[in-house]
Amino acid sequence: MYDSIINEHKAVRESSGVFDISHMGQLFVSGGNAATWLEGLLTNEVATLEPGNAHYTFLLNEAGGVIDDLILYRLAEEHFLLVVNASCIGQDVEWLGKHLEKGITLENESSEWAGLAVQGPRTPEIYTTITEGRTLPSRNGIDNLKHEGERLLICRTGYTGEDGFELFCPAKMASHWWKALLDEGVKPCGLGARDSLRLEMCYPLNGSDLSPVRTPLEAGLGFFVALDKGNFVGSKVLKKQKKEGVSERLMALQLNERAAPPRPGYPVLDQEGTALSVLTSGGFSPNLGEGIALAYLPVDKVQMGTPVFIEVRGKKISAKVVEKPFYRK
Amino acid sequence: MTVPADLNYTRAHEWVRLQGDIATIGITDHAQEELSDVVFVELPDLGDIEKASPVAVVESVKAASDIYAPISGEIIEVNIDLVADPAKINSDPYDTGWIFKIRVSSPDQINGLMDAASYTGMVS
Repeated sequence: MYDSIINEHKAVRESSGVFDISHMGQLFVSGGNAATWLEGLLTNEVATLEPGNAHYTFLLNEAGGVIDDLILYRLAEEHFLLVVNASCIGQDVEWLGKHLEKGITLENESSEWAGLAVQGPRTPEIYTTITEGRTLPSRNGIDNLKHEGERLLICRTGYTGEDGFELFCPAKMASHWWKALLDEGVKPCGLGARDSLRLEMCYPLNGSDLSPVRTPLEAGLGFFVALDKGNFVGSKVLKKQKKEGVSERLMALQLNERAAPPRPGYPVLDQEGTALSVLTSGGFSPNLGEGIALAYLPVDKVQMGTPVFIEVRGKKISAKVVEKPFYRK
Repeated sequence: MTVPADLNYTRAHEWVRLQGDIATIGITDHAQEELSDVVFVELPDLGDIEKASPVAVVESVKAASDIYAPISGEIIEVNIDLVADPAKINSDPYDTGWIFKIRVSSPDQINGLMDAASYTGMVS
């Protein structure tokens, strides 16, 4: 059923692929002041998120470091769904629970929901076919419906850089939707391809590029941080960082020569051979045909175009800092 | 999974084709399937080599795999086509995906290797 990583990667870029994302977590939040409560805990602006839409946001600790990155769905005025990383479900529930206020209901329904990410240029027509006539909402829009009596929740979002949607359904409906998608010629894709696709787009991976000791500003993701909206957990540190500038930033590196793929943990050296950092992400880019990587590098020493070395299995391979993303359509 | 009957095999999933005193070596269909997309091959240096020493590296998207000399001798040729097209190891592991050739120091070393039936048994 599954194929090589490169073939799956190409299928998503050229046609369509489906990833099983059932491991992800689903946390539902409701209550009279749910929006205000979330405003104080998440970085992106909740007030301007219209019901029926979703956005990418961060849950920070007091030091401004990332506990989790997630998609916030506003299902109704005061009814929200947080789709979170599988490995962070426990921590997120604990953190949100610690900050719980009167009137807020937090429900962890992660074990009840299955998820499929459908990605690729063909996805709008595929959505219409499998739902027997529905139109895929616009970017970041939610479709929240019942199909044959069972809930179906989708959002036009994704982690690949292609058009697509993420679909959530009761666990028992997972095989129905999986089969419906495969019947439409959607290619089953695994997490290896999911990683190479997101890396080409410079989308961060929590636990590698994001961590509790790095702020979203250092990761270059200030677009998703609304510092003007008032206080939220971590905002004090971020405001200071914005004013003073970050000392290290997550930069995109591309190998200049054919070599073994760069991998997380490999050292990054300057032209003199002095160690600067290590890669947080790395791999082979099927679309570029080169090795690509991400690393936090000192902004005073490294800028766009600066030549560096990446130590790949004992060899110093020349690389350079390039603009994000690696891949553009 | 293909296991040609006329070759010999190692526990480390290499195949050996002995013609006179020249042994051609590559990795098996089973190995290339496990590795998936090969994107880079670090070819061996020419010269003398001891059995079981690491001589080459096959890098796939998923993993890096060390290749060991299955027998002792002198590495006399490497498959430079793999520089431009490392994926030959996936598409044609027993023919155009060969990796290197050894002039064996003693041809009876081949007796220490597995035959097709034993290798098939090992990977099944």
